[in-house]
Amino acid sequence: MSVQRSGVAKQPAYDVAVVGGGPAGLAATAAAARLGRRVVLIDAGAQLGGQYWRHANVSSAGPHDHVGHRDWEVFEALNERIRRHRQTGAAVHVAATQVWFIEPPGSDAGEPDWTLHLAPTCGAPDDRMPRTVRADRLILCPGCYDRQLPIPGWDLPGVMAAGGVQALLKGQRTLAGKRAVVAGTGPFLLPVAEQLARNGARVVAVCEASRIGNWGRHLPTVARTPSKFAEAASYGWSLARARVPYRTGTVVMRIEADSSGEQVGAVKLGRLGSDGRLRESSESLDVDLVALGWGFTPALELVSAAGAETRVDVDQSLVAVVDEEQQSTVAGLYIAGEATGVGGAQLALAEGELAGIAAADATHLERSRVRALRREIRRLRAFAVAMQRSHPVPPRWSEWLTPETLVCRCEEVAYAQVSEATSDLAATDARTLKLLTRCGMGWCQGHVCGFATATLAAAGQARQLNAEDLRPLAKQFPCAPIRLGSLLEH
Amino acid sequence: MVPEVPVPGVPATIHLTLDGRELTARAGQSVGAALTEAGIRSWRRTRHGGRPRGLFCGIGICYDCLITADGVPNLRACLLPASDGMQLTSTGSELTPTTDGGVA
Amino acid sequence: MIGAGAVGAACAYFLTRKGFAVHVVERGAVAAGSSSAGEGNLLVSDKVSGPELELALYSRALWEQELAQYGELWEFESKGGLVVATSAQAGRALRTLAAEQRQRGVDARDVEPDAVTDHEPHIRRGLAAAVHYPQDAQVQPMLLTAHLLRLARAAGAVVSTGVNVTGFEVQASTESRRVVAVQTSQGTLACEQVINAAGPWAGEIATMAGVDLPIRPRRGFVLVTEPLPPTINHKVYAGEYVASTQSEHLGLEVSAVIEGTKAGTILIGSSREHVGFERRVSLPVLRAIASAALELFPRLAGVTLLRSYAGFRPYSPDHLPVVGPDTRLKGLWHATGHEGAGIGLSVGTAKLISQAMAGEGTDMDLAPFSPARFEAVAPA
Repeated sequence: MSVQRSGVAKQPAYDVAVVGGGPAGLAATAAAARLGRRVVLIDAGAQLGGQYWRHANVSSAGPHDHVGHRDWEVFEALNERIRRHRQTGAAVHVAATQVWFIEPPGSDAGEPDWTLHLAPTCGAPDDRMPRTVRADRLILCPGCYDRQLPIPGWDLPGVMAAGGVQALLKGQRTLAGKRAVVAGTGPFLLPVAEQLARNGARVVAVCEASRIGNWGRHLPTVARTPSKFAEAASYGWSLARARVPYRTGTVVMRIEADSSGEQVGAVKLGRLGSDGRLRESSESLDVDLVALGWGFTPALELVSAAGAETRVDVDQSLVAVVDEEQQSTVAGLYIAGEATGVGGAQLALAEGELAGIAAADATHLERSRVRALRREIRRLRAFAVAMQRSHPVPPRWSEWLTPETLVCRCEEVAYAQVSEATSDLAATDARTLKLLTRCGMGWCQGHVCGFATATLAAAGQARQLNAEDLRPLAKQFPCAPIRLGSLLEH
Repeated sequence: MVPEVPVPGVPATIHLTLDGRELTARAGQSVGAALTEAGIRSWRRTRHGGRPRGLFCGIGICYDCLITADGVPNLRACLLPASDGMQLTSTGSELTPTTDGGVA
Repeated sequence: MIGAGAVGAACAYFLTRKGFAVHVVERGAVAAGSSSAGEGNLLVSDKVSGPELELALYSRALWEQELAQYGELWEFESKGGLVVATSAQAGRALRTLAAEQRQRGVDARDVEPDAVTDHEPHIRRGLAAAVHYPQDAQVQPMLLTAHLLRLARAAGAVVSTGVNVTGFEVQASTESRRVVAVQTSQGTLACEQVINAAGPWAGEIATMAGVDLPIRPRRGFVLVTEPLPPTINHKVYAGEYVASTQSEHLGLEVSAVIEGTKAGTILIGSSREHVGFERRVSLPVLRAIASAALELFPRLAGVTLLRSYAGFRPYSPDHLPVVGPDTRLKGLWHATGHEGAGIGLSVGTAKLISQAMAGEGTDMDLAPFSPARFEAVAPA
């Protein structure tokens, strides 16, 4: 037998395990540790901060690295509190580590608490890292990533998720291209374009599929969240100064290769009529970078693996069901941040802190703080709903697909194969469509094409997208790819 | 590129190779960022269509940017820290035939 | 036709060819149950001599001849099986089994231990024995089911998914009881004959018809690796697998079954458990499967695991499928109980049913598979 058993002794159980080192996870960790609980914080990143506060490697950081980070002082304060809890032993930070499986209390492992199985984010495990962590309570703060829609040519190098373009800037100080178009929908397009422009890229257009007038219905909500309005205004001002055209009702409907055929060279734009129909415009833009984002998709693999109930949110994302204390439908499992509904960092901070207090069994001790957090959560949730309603995925997006357009990038499944499965082969739901076409069965396990696949399955039946369409594309086991040999190490 | 202030004690530049081609990176950068700055946008081909692939999601979700580093396959270039002397290859995972009694 | 899995789809296909008007009702979606949770095995190697082996050889001929024109649609691949034994004792048992199978017309070729790596370059050295079965094959079971149903629809069949069967209308006289209609969540379907092809759920359907059918779910997990260049050429499994399929053991049984697929992934099984319809991932079971597989292919330790799936085999207590008319209720037929062999045996099962239902002579005697063998059992 070639399998090596690790020499690491079984870890003692913590009071609380937090997964995810973004705003929600940091707030949860700080709250639970403040209330005297022993907390382990497991984060896939090498440094805390998540996607929101992604920053350059601190070992080589420059003094201006926080420029462009919103609420950087909030991060510094949280980071400092957690650092002090780590010094006292109240908190433990396991960095650059992914959770590949969650066993609930009383499962086959026979443990009375949650068991998290860990693997390094990059490469093979070393003997110092714990293979499992056990905890009495679990708080999942897995965050989210850019939602994508297939577009002809979207798999050409030089086409990236908007969040990935931003991550290169914030985490690496690297510009992904020199001449960019930023396209999709949602306010997140603004900071990405603004940061590209500020760092020297020429942003030839921001293509926003929605119409700004959509916000008109939600003015009272916006008025209750002035900081959000100020944030958008500041990006808008920066973009205007950099002479970046902001085009609403406009989409990138085709992406073309440059003369080498090996990377992006141009995009063709389309206009969305008020009926939602796509009209091809004659306009073409020469670019070497396309940044795409259609809102966000919460990362739900851990939520699904833990057995928590899910639902479809306003923005058609699959999200976790939680109660007034951020507790999921599984006792002892709390969920905070984007996984309960995409809503941004401020909302994630509030939910994370509430989850930390609740997981520490301290809501009765912290009544006024809990009340304030709930108020804050309600206010920001209302704003998030207004935002999602104002920036929907264009309902007729599939009109820009060609038969050759890849729906699933990993398994290279073309739209024609998807259409054949939904029509000739009676794929009436997303699971059947997936198994017949291999959409969502490759390396990314449906993280990228899951929404599109589920939507196309529903559209094939002329019905609305539902949770049953999305659930088969929310991965369960393993929650992160692992070496077969690592499966045996514990 | 974005201005950078060097930090004492940390080498500002590290050296690595992709399929033998020499590259430099700044300390603390990911492999994906180093390749991007070297003007390399793809380092893998898909197994059916032979399509070029590089960074897409940029945050470890999509697995488009898989690369082999120092013989270890299937690493995500967007997350993998670049290190001095690192040898990157664009080939994917493959098993070598059993010749030594089959013990891994 | 109750059930749109591989068996139901094959029955719909062959019955429409005999001129029957067929209506398929399925609770979930096409191939939503066991048919989407296996590897798509078309095996002769794992059958001990007897009626199941005869049905496997009969089915094998159908795949190769009558259905050959569709092979590409469902990725038919005559990849061959390689059964290996790690101990001297298992090696002797394997050779004996192969000799018996050869008597029944199976192409089973002993492979010298030194020559095993000629067949599978990545397998461990030092095996006690190996047998190559060129007749073992594989299909993609989802595509198989979906295309058989498409062909049946083209021949006039109606397929209704998302429809629950809720009961049966029975006409009773002094001599006999007869099914006249199936009640469903979408109304009543009048019919002359009903085929229960509900796989592991066939027992529940039988109960609705007032008859007992001792079919139970036997859970299995499969691990799926990253896509690789062609690495494993055959379906490779440990000789103990045959014993595992035939066992009466109610606890967990694990034996290594490893094979590559056209998609490049490697599928790794197998486990057998009686745990009802419990779907939750069991890490100890997955570990046992991986451990058994790595004993045969140590180098797979470095390969990435991308996903796993679980499914339920329709287990029949005597390890024989249940195929044919139920004499307790006229008009009711069963086509289930194939355990892990339902994909491979689906076409043989279906063709024999179509012949019997048409009142023709059947190519093979259905008597060993008759539901009558359970009739002594009182309804639960």
